[in-house]
Amino acid sequence: MITLTHYLVISSILFAIGLVGIVRRKNLLMLFFSTEILLNAVNIGFAAISREFHDMTGQMFAFFIIAVAASEVAVGLGLLVLWYKRKSTIDLDSMQSMRG
Amino acid sequence: MYEVIAFYLFSFLTITLFSIVVFSKNALYSMTALAGGMIFISGFFFLLDADFLGVVQIIVYSGAVMAVYAFGMIFIDTTKDVKETIKAKRMIYTFATAIAVLLVVIVSSPIISKNIITSTSIIDGVSNSKMVGYILFTKYLVPFELTAVMLLVAMVAGIVLVSKKMDISLSMKSDYEAKSEFEEGVAK
Repeated sequence: MITLTHYLVISSILFAIGLVGIVRRKNLLMLFFSTEILLNAVNIGFAAISREFHDMTGQMFAFFIIAVAASEVAVGLGLLVLWYKRKSTIDLDSMQSMRG
Repeated sequence: MYEVIAFYLFSFLTITLFSIVVFSKNALYSMTALAGGMIFISGFFFLLDADFLGVVQIIVYSGAVMAVYAFGMIFIDTTKDVKETIKAKRMIYTFATAIAVLLVVIVSSPIISKNIITSTSIIDGVSNSKMVGYILFTKYLVPFELTAVMLLVAMVAGIVLVSKKMDISLSMKSDYEAKSEFEEGVAK
């Protein structure tokens, strides 16, 4: 029998994978991919809780998260392409122009 | 029984594919694995009786988002492996796992303790997509319209950012050649 806990565990495993990706990778494109993984992991949790409590609010939040992810990709990729045209690299270390 | 088999199958596939995304050296492999993982995530939504969400997941992520990534990668040379210098590996894994578990505990503790009231409960006998329509166009109408405006703004931003200097091809030339040509174009 699959319960809410199973879904929350898989959600947190996927979230951990995405978080490892965000911290580990030094490439801007990989950072965007990891962000998508994070958002998807959260969506699984929302859908699971929505079924558990027989309530639609979780699914509604998942829809809005998908919309936010879509617009994030559009703007983020635009900036990425612009940066690549300027510097011909998308390494994160190339963006330390302030020397903090 | 079928739910158990499907759940473990989808879990295994998504974890494997997303691990490939995070640990692969080649950006093209990561993108392909991500597209596959998105499809299997929608399997979870179908298991959770969220049919409409599953369909939206396939259409938006595997269709739109992956297509945008594929078009974005036209501009970037993906045949080269990504060069990275990674320090302090063990600390990264420990912290990432700890933060993920902590977030899940924080968010799910009110749910586990049943200290929660349903406001928009699912009516039995009404299909999922009908239910989504009822709730989205009554209670969540204003956020829905704001989302539409946000997507429009994002589209305009994407077009404005990418369409500058569209006539100069960067991916077909060597880096030095393309860079000098681009700088000439800027100087003009």
